[in-house]
Amino acid sequence: MKPAWLVLRDGRTFRGRSLGAVGEASGEVIFNTAMQGYQEILTDPSYRGQIVAMTYPMIGNYGVNEEDVESRRPWVNGFIVKEASPVASNFRSGASLDAYLARHGIVGIQDIDTRALTRHLRDRGAQDGIISSVVTDPAPLLERARALPGLVGRDLVAEVTADAPYTWSEGGWELSRGYVAPPPPRFKVVAYDCGIKFNILRQLRTIGCDVTVVPASTTTADVLAAKPDGVFISNGPGDPEGVPYLIDSVRGLLGRVPTFGICLGHQILGLAAGGRTYKLPFGHHGANHPVKDLATGKVEITAQNHGFAVDPASVSARGWEPTHANLNDGTCEGLRHREWPVFSVQYHPEASPGPHDANYLFHRFADLMSQKGG
Amino acid sequence: MNSNPATIMTDPELADRTYIEPVTPEYVAKIIERERPQALLPTLGGQTGLNIAVALAEDGTLDRFGVELIGAKLDAIRKAEDRALFKQAMERIGLALPRSGHARSLEEARTIVSKVGYPAIIRPSFTLGGTGGSIAYNPDELESAVRWGLQTSPVGTVLVEESVIGWKEFELEVMRDLADNVVIICSIENVDPMGVHTGDSVTVAPAQTLTDKEYQLMRDAAIAIIREIGVETGGSNIQFAVNPADGRLVVIEMNPRVSRSSALASKATGFPIAKIATKLAVGYTLDEIRNDITRETPASFEPAIDYCVVKFPRWAFEKFPEADRTLTTQMKSVGEVMAIGRTFKEALQKSIRSLEQDRWALTLGRPLADDELRRLLSVPNPDRIFAIGDAYRAGFTTAEIQSLTRIDPWFLENIREVVEFEQQIVAAADDPEVLRRAKQLGFADRRIAELTGATEPAVRAARLGHGIRATFKTVDTCAAEFVAHTPYLYSTYEEEDEAPPTARRKVIILGSGPNRIGQGVEFDYCCVHAAFALRDLGVEAIMVNCNPETVSTDYDTSDRLYFEPLTLEDVLNIVERERPLGVVVQFGGQTPLKLAGPLRDAGVPILGTTPDAIDRAEDRQRFNALIAELGLNQAAGATARSLSEAETIAASIGFPVLVRPSYVLGGRAMHIVHDDEDLREFVAEAVRVSPEHPVLIDKFLEDAIEIDVDAVADGERVVVGGVMEHIEKAGVHSGDAACALPPYSLGEGQIRELRAQTRALASALDVVGLINVQFAIRGETIYVLEVNPRASRTVPFVSKAIGLPLAKVATAAMLGHSLAPYARIEERELAHIAVKESVFPFIKFPGVDVVLGPEMKSTGEVMGIDRDFRKAYLKSQVAAGETLPTSGAVFISVKNRDKRPVTTLAKRLSEMGFSLVATAGTARVLERHGMSVELIHKVGEGYRPNVIDLIKRGHIALVFNTPEDGRARKDSAIIRRTAVAQNVAYYTTVDGIQAAIGAIEALLKGELRVQSLQEYHADLR
Repeated sequence: MKPAWLVLRDGRTFRGRSLGAVGEASGEVIFNTAMQGYQEILTDPSYRGQIVAMTYPMIGNYGVNEEDVESRRPWVNGFIVKEASPVASNFRSGASLDAYLARHGIVGIQDIDTRALTRHLRDRGAQDGIISSVVTDPAPLLERARALPGLVGRDLVAEVTADAPYTWSEGGWELSRGYVAPPPPRFKVVAYDCGIKFNILRQLRTIGCDVTVVPASTTTADVLAAKPDGVFISNGPGDPEGVPYLIDSVRGLLGRVPTFGICLGHQILGLAAGGRTYKLPFGHHGANHPVKDLATGKVEITAQNHGFAVDPASVSARGWEPTHANLNDGTCEGLRHREWPVFSVQYHPEASPGPHDANYLFHRFADLMSQKGG
Repeated sequence: MNSNPATIMTDPELADRTYIEPVTPEYVAKIIERERPQALLPTLGGQTGLNIAVALAEDGTLDRFGVELIGAKLDAIRKAEDRALFKQAMERIGLALPRSGHARSLEEARTIVSKVGYPAIIRPSFTLGGTGGSIAYNPDELESAVRWGLQTSPVGTVLVEESVIGWKEFELEVMRDLADNVVIICSIENVDPMGVHTGDSVTVAPAQTLTDKEYQLMRDAAIAIIREIGVETGGSNIQFAVNPADGRLVVIEMNPRVSRSSALASKATGFPIAKIATKLAVGYTLDEIRNDITRETPASFEPAIDYCVVKFPRWAFEKFPEADRTLTTQMKSVGEVMAIGRTFKEALQKSIRSLEQDRWALTLGRPLADDELRRLLSVPNPDRIFAIGDAYRAGFTTAEIQSLTRIDPWFLENIREVVEFEQQIVAAADDPEVLRRAKQLGFADRRIAELTGATEPAVRAARLGHGIRATFKTVDTCAAEFVAHTPYLYSTYEEEDEAPPTARRKVIILGSGPNRIGQGVEFDYCCVHAAFALRDLGVEAIMVNCNPETVSTDYDTSDRLYFEPLTLEDVLNIVERERPLGVVVQFGGQTPLKLAGPLRDAGVPILGTTPDAIDRAEDRQRFNALIAELGLNQAAGATARSLSEAETIAASIGFPVLVRPSYVLGGRAMHIVHDDEDLREFVAEAVRVSPEHPVLIDKFLEDAIEIDVDAVADGERVVVGGVMEHIEKAGVHSGDAACALPPYSLGEGQIRELRAQTRALASALDVVGLINVQFAIRGETIYVLEVNPRASRTVPFVSKAIGLPLAKVATAAMLGHSLAPYARIEERELAHIAVKESVFPFIKFPGVDVVLGPEMKSTGEVMGIDRDFRKAYLKSQVAAGETLPTSGAVFISVKNRDKRPVTTLAKRLSEMGFSLVATAGTARVLERHGMSVELIHKVGEGYRPNVIDLIKRGHIALVFNTPEDGRARKDSAIIRRTAVAQNVAYYTTVDGIQAAIGAIEALLKGELRVQSLQEYHADLR
């Protein structure tokens, strides 16, 4: 197998072997601590612009399959693992990780000390980097890494959002039955696609939503014209401040229709409310983050994937209150408006990958729409 | 409260009150009555603790004294433990179990099998470690499996279950708090698929072959189960089986308590399950408890692992050659090791060398024909993983091996990669890249040496020359997301070493490796005490061990923990970076002792008694010279290097003789030999066991009293901690014999002399630290049997009996502290007597003879402590699980030379109201002394009913059987085996019988008395 390099903007360099497509890829290098669910991670559009390093050392053990995808293709800019399993063992497996990445043109690197990389990113912060399996000398890679634009202020949503509206009809996944037929719809929901994960759509469908997915550029007027019972604002990649047009559209919806936001959607709501977002040193990417529901005191284990966060103090004077807090670092994990039917969470109740503890939030959204409608 | 003296748990410093009393409902009730606690925490003491709690709740004791069950309430325990209730509970939450039914009789079992089909799994209710469980492939096997199961179940029920043999097996460790927060601490996947008890399976953490979708289904199921069963707080272990063909998930069982797997999960993740469970039980919630390792994050999270953990069981079949080596649903291993690596391949190879079975690679190391390989692969057995390696070498494909073993191809392919890489090592060992890759795959230097024809030191030198050295990484619960504050380390061959040594003064303690017969937690106790002592003295304590079942491998026992194999290579890797003041080898049993010489040769300072002194005590010639120089006695004997030499020696000293190889612990291959034929057989075996070492042949001191003495020395002063008199006469391994402290039949003069001889030996050997001397007294003569200048198995027992932590004192002595403050210890009169009794694993090995001999067979010990010998012995027997009767029939059958002493004993029994049953020879003697005896047929005479029938019918309350020496004992083995199987108290030595009768007298007379260790010790001051 070909040798490959990973060079970080601050000069830290790792030598490994090529994984997936041979070539060169750049992006913000982050780490994810989930121990399984790599296929869902690869296909999560929120990773656009990022190179993902898995902290779990053995990746690819169960191969890849047709079902465990969160969008139509993998989106990560690059992929880093300690050991990519050559054997794929699972009754649903269709291909090996390496073959899958190669087929989709994803450049990866394996056989590097991913724990050293993680510690470096933890201490120095997430930063731009380049993977290359085409150069023999890493020196020029450093120059190129230093010239990379970073995530701040960039509109990555535009790269992943749908070109045109579409409707969604698939329900949740069940073992041996696959994606099951959902119940008849009760609510009409417009979902902003900022890089939406399929499992959000499946969950919305499962609670009885007739979902129309719209591009992130859809205006307030177009949304309201559809007379939805509720609006959903999805997860997505990059800096929420990079999508001012979406913030504007959402601002127009506030207080007018029940709204639920996840991840980037949560940040967009925070900005639309006049609040402030900021970049975390290395973000939250994993499936084990404890979040406390401030109303009940209960702790849920959550899937997370974000590099930016909302400062709850910046919106508290505007009628918003924090509903959830991260127990590891105290950051804001959820907001709701005291009067309007709007709430959002920073983490991923749709899981996939990750625990299902927060699934109740979809039902909360349904309740909100029922109250409004009834 | 625990009857086990060998654990740290029963250290008086650890609790406000410590009761070393039998763990039975009666005794626990006594303690409750005395202490009046508010609550009883039943979920941490394994199945035993749980069963006692159930008994005390059911008989009203807890209500009577207002004691609340915390952690798990009675209903929850019942729901989890009673198969029928469990099944109903699972149905309520929509989870599937293998199809099954409960049987109270063979007929009921047959009806169920007609529905679930063969093979069927038979599981007795309420037993520990799957005891009594088995697999039936046909009606014959069903019959014996059900009978056996009904006997072992304390409630007389078995579950007859659809076989999911060959399915993938998983476990989740779940925690819940009073606020109903639930987290999964760890997932474990068994390499051996369903059909092998998880305790006998090679297991790996985390799960390797589940997609997130499948894993989350299992996680959801686990959370639903802990809620439905109603375990309020603490850890539970839930086992699942997954059909590899379609992912179908079934629940196998739930333990509503911490288990062996919880201990493994704690070590595998750095999340201390039992500690947190206790805090939860008293009302804390998970988010209120800090994670000790990160300090800034709470315990309400799920650990993220960035390495691979492999657990490998340690069996003791070499001790029980008659036992069936097939692995089934009844656990047969006696210990385990855990290894950590960045990949499965590395961790698996590290686990193999951690076992200390002189195996260094995935091979059995002998040529095997294809059909033998097929057999080794298809029937689960301790050699199977190794046979997989050999099968690949023999050209088997993964598909073939998978169809024979039903092991997931992911594991098999990883093994294949390792095995195939050996060819590259052979071809290009001088290529640094190959060497580096080999180390990353977990190859030991020793294996690389074997493959390349080099020596281990040469391989080491070569790789160090290329800069290929072990790097150390932290187990931190969070995959490096947060800074770790506890140096819990493992080695790997990566780029970054993240745990540089400190600049402090430091000492490395080598632990005792896997639990096995002859080396159990006693040695771990000593290592832990050494760590505590070092920390008290301001010296950094560094622990090296690979046993996940121990306290030494808790990350907070020492200042630094290296979870590593105890081999020369792995220890040198640590020593070379830490540069300690020295290494402590005398506390961990034979494991570190074997490394003493090689470490010294590598220039590593050994603390305390020198390796040369250790050698002087072990080497026969040098030892003889020492004894002679001190004017002491030893049994006549000599060293034989061949069979003919052995025969000459035996002829000159006369039979019986004791034959043993040197340098072994636990009496491996030690035998009492009565004639030339026996001699030929055993010398052959002994020589095979230890080829580099000659065989020792000594005159066997028949009927001698055996004595153990534990002492500590500082180089000038020797303080004798305890003199222990064995209950059984010479011939029973000291690890198996019961013993009393202080001696119950020796005179003051004899005890003084034993102390004096111990002092002389310790001084002559310049012992600094612990020393154990074994003596025999025959007539008026004291013989020195053995001198062990190291911690002995009895150190914790003695420490608890006399109220002085000998291992701590010894550690201070090794660092140059004087023993002067302890000089007067010996003069203290004990107002109590402590009896140590051994615990045996015979119930797990239905085929083996239970008679005691010079080869050690016990796996643990209990302690009875009271004001007089009879009561203390009684407690020791109850604690060891013997149910001593106060009435009924006693079966007596003794060998000829025991007939005289046994008549007096039989008379006492008869006066106490027992009826006597005996076979012709013994009956005649007893009748001659005026006793009335019921005559019963010998086994094998062909007449029924025989004694076996009577035992099985429950007509015999007590069995006294001293077997004839040599081959004749095989005939009576079935009597003893039946007694074990029927849980009838049995004694196989006259001394044991005598002590048991005393205990029964105490039982008849006496009222139970319990007292805490702290109170016993306070009486000493």
